[in-house]
Amino acid sequence: MSIAINPNKCVGCKKCVEVCPGNLIKLNEGKACIKREKDCWGCTSCLKECKVGAISFFLGADVGGKGSLLSVEQKGNERFWTVTAPDGNKKTIVINTNESNKY
Amino acid sequence: MSLEIKRIETDALIIGGGTAGCYAAYMLGKEGKHKVLIAEKANISRSGCLAAGVNAINAYITEGRVPMDYVNYAKQDAKGIVREDLLLSMSEGLNEVTKDLEDHGLVILKDENGKYVTRGNRNIKINGENIKPILAKMAKESDNVEVLNHVNITDYLVENNQIYGAVGFNVDEQIAYIIKAKTVLVATGGAAGLYRPNNPGFSRHKMWYPPFNTGAGYAMGIRAGAEMTTFEMRFIALRCKDTIAPTGTIAQGVKAKQMNGLGEIYETKYGIATCERVYGTTKENQEGRGPCYLKTDEISKEQEEDLYKAYLNMAPSQTLKWLEGGQGPASQNVEIEGTEPYIVGGHTASGYWVDNGRSTTIKGLYAAGDVAGGAPQKYVTGAIVEGKIAAQSIESFLDEGHEAEAKADIDASLDSQAKAMIESYGHYFDNKETLITIEQVEETMQKLMDTYAGGIGSSYQFNECGLDLCRERLEDLLPVIDALHASDMDELLQIYEIKERMTLAFSLIEHLKARKETRWHSFAENMNYPSESEEFNKYVNSYMEDGKIKIVMRDLVDAKNKLVFSYDEDNRVKFGGEAE
Repeated sequence: MSIAINPNKCVGCKKCVEVCPGNLIKLNEGKACIKREKDCWGCTSCLKECKVGAISFFLGADVGGKGSLLSVEQKGNERFWTVTAPDGNKKTIVINTNESNKY
Repeated sequence: MSLEIKRIETDALIIGGGTAGCYAAYMLGKEGKHKVLIAEKANISRSGCLAAGVNAINAYITEGRVPMDYVNYAKQDAKGIVREDLLLSMSEGLNEVTKDLEDHGLVILKDENGKYVTRGNRNIKINGENIKPILAKMAKESDNVEVLNHVNITDYLVENNQIYGAVGFNVDEQIAYIIKAKTVLVATGGAAGLYRPNNPGFSRHKMWYPPFNTGAGYAMGIRAGAEMTTFEMRFIALRCKDTIAPTGTIAQGVKAKQMNGLGEIYETKYGIATCERVYGTTKENQEGRGPCYLKTDEISKEQEEDLYKAYLNMAPSQTLKWLEGGQGPASQNVEIEGTEPYIVGGHTASGYWVDNGRSTTIKGLYAAGDVAGGAPQKYVTGAIVEGKIAAQSIESFLDEGHEAEAKADIDASLDSQAKAMIESYGHYFDNKETLITIEQVEETMQKLMDTYAGGIGSSYQFNECGLDLCRERLEDLLPVIDALHASDMDELLQIYEIKERMTLAFSLIEHLKARKETRWHSFAENMNYPSESEEFNKYVNSYMEDGKIKIVMRDLVDAKNKLVFSYDEDNRVKFGGEAE
């Protein structure tokens, strides 16, 4: 379980470097990259912080990962979580950040 | 490589800007009288336990209940080994801090009459995704609070049992810090990574507790001679298999029961205390009736959609797993497992031995949150209340001028202490690279703890022979760690994170040996003494003297007799009681 950073989208703003609670992201030639992918906790703080949607989250095969990517986009009070399967199929769940969990 | 040395002076140093540390800074900031500095290993905006969010407020006094009910619940769950005085002062503050969080933007579910919607007897429903950014913003509200992000504190500056500050280093740039402070709050959280984790390979950090909480506060306290309590009450969480996501949301939210591989509901068989839920699952597996599940296959599609959302707000990997696997909880029961053991005073009674004002046995040093002992079941709001109580004590300490007078001989001694610590950082850069890596050492430590000190691999069971062997083998690792090479600040951080866990592991082993009974199944399953013993209706406390861990048994403290420390002229702590 770790993150994947798309270098074509990354603008090198360092927001993810700053926020990672494990100090696990650094800039390499102006692009963010993860230092040790095994050390990611999976908190998704960097996904939420990234303003250009360059970072996705995935599960390692050892915990059931099959190559799908989870990404998130914030628009106003709505957070769009999207799972993109390896075949390109997408499913999006929208969460209103002003609404409480039901459970 | 030599490090640049930066010197900072402040009134109150807060080590760790997590839940308790941020709220303490907010309180001291509101008073506005003293200079406050938070030293944080990462960045306070998302650091600590709350990075991904939290599922609910799990410590709240719901309508019709009183704080003493919460004390009794926590006491029962820990089979009597709690500090009632600490639990009571914590419980009395829960609702006020919850309101404060709501006023600062936390979304809490309300009914048509504007009352909080409860989940069980002690919980309320929230959207906890942004709880840490809210706390971080509160911490930074006042001008007298400064935040030093990305600085790892490694050692206290202590002279004659009084604290004078701390020493640390930047995790990125080649800078060491000597921070002088009149008083210090330690709020570094608990410790993960002592034992081999559930997923030891690629997903080794997919664990319950933040893998970045490595027991720094415990280790600093142990080395400085602070008295610690109840490390032997380890915490093991019952979690969704693989993703190690919370189970409470499913168990309480949709009332799913624990079921074994034969389809039998087993949770009533072993009791419902936190440790017994883990023990039941462990036993079912050990005796061949696994795998174990939460029975969810009868929930509706609508409930399933709500669970997807709830998990995205606290543990997104679980929702990803459900969606990616093509089967959600409505069509497939959720497999569960116990995690590796952690040391965490927010859930058990492990940590600093503190008085009712959260003062430690070192004068001027306070402790709050997961690092403070005696008060289990704190959860988020309890940790916040402890931050508040500690802030109030710090405020009085500074107002009353208890800080030590500046003396040239003490200053010189502190300076040489600080320089020795910084030289110690430097030697890892000077060490030659060898075949032994930081990763290998971590694996070895975790393997030893797993095998001999009651990890997952030994079904949480241990005995004295194994613990002794564990200590010897860990001692063999010390020179190996000392010879590790660091090529940059990031590697230096990794080395210090191992050193902290090793220091804690040695103390933990002595605590596990000292409680010659089994009071809490799984949490402390002592195979030499498989039953509970009245003789151990006491706290197992410890302190380091001349490099050795000494054990001291202390009598239980009830809610009517608050423990209040005072210090004699030699700064030795006196354990006075204050009867109500």
